[in-house]
Amino acid sequence: MGIILEKLPGITKGMPGGELFLTTADNIIDYARKTSLWPMTFGLACCAIEMMASYASRFDFDRFGVIPRPSPRQADVMIVAGTVCKKMAEPILEIYHQMPEPRFVISMGSCANCGGPYYDSYSVLKGVDRIVPVDVYIAGCPPRPEALQYAVVKLQEKLQKMRTIAIAGASLQQEHGSRDILSSTPNNEPNLPPEAGPRIEIG
Amino acid sequence: MSPETAATAPREFKTDTLFINLGPQHPSTHGVLRIGLTIEGEVITKAVPDVGYLHRGTSKLAEVRGYHHCVVLTDRWDYVSAMPNNLVFCLAAEKILGLKVPPRADAIRVAMCELNRLASHLLFFGTYGIDTGAITPFLYAFREREMILDLFEMVCGARLTYNYIRLGGVMVDVTEDWIAKCREFLEYFKPRLDEYDTLLSFNPIFMARTQGIGCISKEVAVNWGLSGANLRGSGVNYDVRKADPYCGYDQYQFDIPLGKTGSCWDRYYCRVSELRQSVRIVEQALDKLPAGPFMATGVAKVPKPQPGESYAHVEASRGDLGIYLVADGQASPYRMHVKAPSFINLAILQELLAGRKVADVIAVLGSIDIVLGEVDR
Repeated sequence: MGIILEKLPGITKGMPGGELFLTTADNIIDYARKTSLWPMTFGLACCAIEMMASYASRFDFDRFGVIPRPSPRQADVMIVAGTVCKKMAEPILEIYHQMPEPRFVISMGSCANCGGPYYDSYSVLKGVDRIVPVDVYIAGCPPRPEALQYAVVKLQEKLQKMRTIAIAGASLQQEHGSRDILSSTPNNEPNLPPEAGPRIEIG
Repeated sequence: MSPETAATAPREFKTDTLFINLGPQHPSTHGVLRIGLTIEGEVITKAVPDVGYLHRGTSKLAEVRGYHHCVVLTDRWDYVSAMPNNLVFCLAAEKILGLKVPPRADAIRVAMCELNRLASHLLFFGTYGIDTGAITPFLYAFREREMILDLFEMVCGARLTYNYIRLGGVMVDVTEDWIAKCREFLEYFKPRLDEYDTLLSFNPIFMARTQGIGCISKEVAVNWGLSGANLRGSGVNYDVRKADPYCGYDQYQFDIPLGKTGSCWDRYYCRVSELRQSVRIVEQALDKLPAGPFMATGVAKVPKPQPGESYAHVEASRGDLGIYLVADGQASPYRMHVKAPSFINLAILQELLAGRKVADVIAVLGSIDIVLGEVDR
């Protein structure tokens, strides 16, 4: 029944009982996920002021569905805004693991990308990607609010291609939780394959 | 029972002592400050601020950077008001290099620093509203703040980290267009100040949360070495602009707003009153902007001053910001020490918080108005 359109999602015309919205589950999940990206309010340094400016009157981040959350438990994306010092690296890693999956990281500004003006400082971590995986990098010192919003748009493009259901089977992290994988103690099932379940592509 | 005596009043039952962390990731600590709170019931018995989460080692980096390059590092201490940071380094370096700054550059520097004070206090106004539970003032404050940042962007191309004040003068001259825009903004901004008073300053809920909370007496404020609005909120009339004028501040007419009781509200209202004074100073600076060069002649590309030392201090947005500079004849300073007002103001927190309720922590912390970049450097 129904008409499978070439390009999903689509709206069927002239169906009995009104018009229907046809799409795949993946499409709707990805769409919902990308339009309600909740970042954690996590300012480190100068870039945090520009991040605040993005939430404020002129730039109005709410238009993208981006609403800041004060708790990592409720957040989807961590915006690392500012210089990551070695003392701060451990709390950042802890906060990253407190976020529910799927989680994303935006590295904002030169300091978080590679150390920036502090490339030769003894106390600065040369890039946050040494401790957490980064999805989008933003250049600038500090980047303008428009640049941060463009980064969110790029992240949304990435999320639209996630296809969570099509890639069948949960990842090792989803099954056991990232904490257990990270702990150095041997896990409970010694014969666990590195990839739990075959990755079957449907469609 | 007044809240001041809550910790000392006899209790009928014994409660457990609990240690909790405030931060380093907490939306109201304005950065990465961590405070270790020991609480008994709802009363704080001990509060220990833990700093260093943003220590970038700029004092050490200055020892390998040239004098021109050090200005870039100064931008990122107090990133909310970077112009006074640029200025204080340039003043110290100019003393040691023996440079004479032209009067036009002085007037431009004064105008820029006061505009930056406006931007910084507006940020305080907005975030302090959020800290005490009012979100709307933040949106109003940022509406005006963006206009100030536009002015900075017009003249030097950056919104936060300007690197505009250089050794011997300023980077570029201000244009007639810029002056017209600036005047336009000031005219727009003056009525907004009354709006802020009705919006937050005399809001009964806000006053109930901040008046009579976190009181600092005159003696305590001086003993802890406070400066800026935290000191003036306690009624001590000390402002570097009046006490030790620089850049020709003695030729400008302005008042120093003082508080009475030293409570959170007094400190807050000192800053809001300073907005009016800063507007006055910018207007005067634009009115008597002298003609002439904006940069001193004979500024070397790689300055190598004679061995010596110098100290300069300015009234930055957060207080008395000073730099002690030692030169040894090389292309970079031998030693640069920063007397950062935020770091010194933060120390009083351990005395202010002991004996208060947990709910007052953020109100007190917000009123001290620290920037962690300047605390840790």
